[in-house]
Amino acid sequence: MPSKKNQTPAAPAPAAEQSEGPPPPDPVPPVQLLYCSVCSFPPEYCEFGSSLTRCKEWLKENHPDLFDKYYSDDALTSKVGTLSLEAQAKLEEDTAKKEAKAVAKADAALKKKLASQVTIKRIERNKRKHVTSIHGLEAFGVDLKKAAKQFSSKFATGSSVTKNLQGHDEIVVQGDVSDEILEMIEAGAGVLKGIPVDNVEVVEEKKKKGGD
Amino acid sequence: MFSLAGLTRDMLMSRYEFDYGPRSIILITNLPFPTLMFKKFSPSTDIAGQTPVKSSVQRAIRSAVLSQWKIEPETLEAIWPKKEGLVHVKCREHVSIFTVHGEPLIIQHFDGPYYPTLRLLHKYPYILPKVGVDRGAIRFLLAGAPMMCPGLTSKGGYLPPPDAALPAGASVAIYAEGKEHAIGIGLLKMGSEEMRKINRDMGVEVATYLGDDLWALKAL
Repeated sequence: MPSKKNQTPAAPAPAAEQSEGPPPPDPVPPVQLLYCSVCSFPPEYCEFGSSLTRCKEWLKENHPDLFDKYYSDDALTSKVGTLSLEAQAKLEEDTAKKEAKAVAKADAALKKKLASQVTIKRIERNKRKHVTSIHGLEAFGVDLKKAAKQFSSKFATGSSVTKNLQGHDEIVVQGDVSDEILEMIEAGAGVLKGIPVDNVEVVEEKKKKGGD
Repeated sequence: MFSLAGLTRDMLMSRYEFDYGPRSIILITNLPFPTLMFKKFSPSTDIAGQTPVKSSVQRAIRSAVLSQWKIEPETLEAIWPKKEGLVHVKCREHVSIFTVHGEPLIIQHFDGPYYPTLRLLHKYPYILPKVGVDRGAIRFLLAGAPMMCPGLTSKGGYLPPPDAALPAGASVAIYAEGKEHAIGIGLLKMGSEEMRKINRDMGVEVATYLGDDLWALKAL
């Protein structure tokens, strides 16, 4: 214990920041470690992730010393360790395969995002009253709850996230605000950022005559 | 009449459950550990609710954590100050996550041991005893597989020496050959000496590992 007490004044210096280590009764400072900003793993585990090439690039650019540590020739030969050569080759092959798969998946996701539609629907409630439902915002990474809150404060009307008949989440705003919402999306106000206007369509839903 | 009968039966059922104290204790002892608590975990569907923890319960958790982990009270105080209330996040299948300021710190299954989350373990690596797996096993561990004995007993693996043997049921930090930081947290299915002797079957069940859905969850 006394040795620890002696260390503590020196220890925070390499640890740089002490976000959670108020000095008084010598808590042991946390180990500061770096996570890869691409795959969120500690960089030594990037090789097992699905984005090794991008991780490598990132590490080389931002932390060249660590890059040398993990990807220099010495490191590569020593890390094979007890693993047999065939197993190592297989591992590398698998990693490459995994990476290709991940890239394909990301591409597909992007395509899907670009193709997905946001529908602003004006629904007639009775003759002069309407609600507006917005569907498909989540495909563009919009937090529906926050968006609903934004609408309700902007229009001073009720706005909520509800499940529609198909079981998808949508935002329902009281009152006919379809044009205003379209404008907001065009302007990218608040959380509604980054939605291409071409993907937005405004439709109207009339109540069927004699329906219930 | 029909509904009345249904009601009484429901009431009976609930009584039934409440009265069976001893039975539930038996359940606890041989409750199957949910392997891969967090392999598939999505906050929107798997979280049943969040509640602040009563201070008496917090005290109990604190003392349990202090006895189960190798951590000084001061350090625990630094990561989880007494003033900050713990929030209990209830998840499906009796999994509990305890968070401070929305950051998950402690996980528990049913009445089992308290595990730190992997991020916490990375910051304070000494709080759990270590075992190591060889390089060949990393791939499988990252896919969420339990660790088999040969991977721990082989040359690249690491088990504590006989004089510091771990009993079955101990929670451990799993390290990987040639790597500096922990890769997962698990529960020993058999003692470390037993593993050396038998050297087959499941050695460590994995509670959480690098890249699972809990890892992806930085804040709740």
